[in-house]
Amino acid sequence: MFEVGLGHYLTLGAIIFTIGLVGIFLNRKNVIVLLMSIELILLAVNINLVSFSIFINDLSGQIFTLFILTVAAAEAAIGLAIIVVYFRNAGTIRVEEIEKLKG
Amino acid sequence: MIAHAVFFYLFSFIAIVSAIMVTAARNTVHSVFFLILDFISISCLFIMIGAEFLGMIMLIVYVGAVAVLFLFVVMMLNVAQQKNQWFGSAKSSSHIPVGLLVSFIIFFELIIVVGGWKYKPDLLNSSTIIISQTTTNTHSLGNVLYTDYIHLFQISGMILLVAMIGAIVLTFREREGLKRQSYIKQISRERKEGVQIIDVPSNKGVKIDV
Repeated sequence: MFEVGLGHYLTLGAIIFTIGLVGIFLNRKNVIVLLMSIELILLAVNINLVSFSIFINDLSGQIFTLFILTVAAAEAAIGLAIIVVYFRNAGTIRVEEIEKLKG
Repeated sequence: MIAHAVFFYLFSFIAIVSAIMVTAARNTVHSVFFLILDFISISCLFIMIGAEFLGMIMLIVYVGAVAVLFLFVVMMLNVAQQKNQWFGSAKSSSHIPVGLLVSFIIFFELIIVVGGWKYKPDLLNSSTIIISQTTTNTHSLGNVLYTDYIHLFQISGMILLVAMIGAIVLTFREREGLKRQSYIKQISRERKEGVQIIDVPSNKGVKIDV
């Protein structure tokens, strides 16, 4: 209980990953919340990599986390730009009303 | 040890609750606030287990740049008050059970993998870049990042450049009726199209049609 090990951090990562996944599956609001759920999933992956890196005593996991941070920042910038353009064209970014592909 | 456990449970509780609130909050601005809280508590966890540089970078990059970018876009598009209920119509809520089922199956699979981890102790000896106990975290990260991973480092710089150009190109809009300075036109203008010399007869004046 009071011995915090690798399993605790991995469980935390799994819980946050699942919350992000539920946020993507059940999101009926706007696309921005969906992008935030993707950020949550990337955060859970970062937790896993960093905790493995610390507990295995290997620095590569932290390097990988740095690259994931870079890609996440680029993805957020591009995604928000796409959302801005879509809002300008269609006037809405609600998930229910984005149905051109009838998915 | 007990203090470590107490702070781990505190920060992870805050992180989980705020992650739930990110997806469940009715107002999008509140979602962004809870996302910031989530990032901060996770970076506290990172600092606690000894990855100080990543914790600080997390604060700077995520809280300082990404979350503020989200907040900026939410406020610019004015979508915060657009939707007040969770599910708009009965049609759209029909896939909730399947979504929840798939999510929980994935969660239990992840938990099974976590449980199976303790049966693979030989992976603990396979580390290649050992964390040094004498140099600081930032120093040892820099030692590895600028030597072994220099190509990946430069490629990530290229990714950021492409993302920046892409975001500018996507959101750039050509406005109607905007007067711009054109250097080519200014330089290639010659004397005979700009100046005209007219003899003005006295007492008659001259009419210039422009």
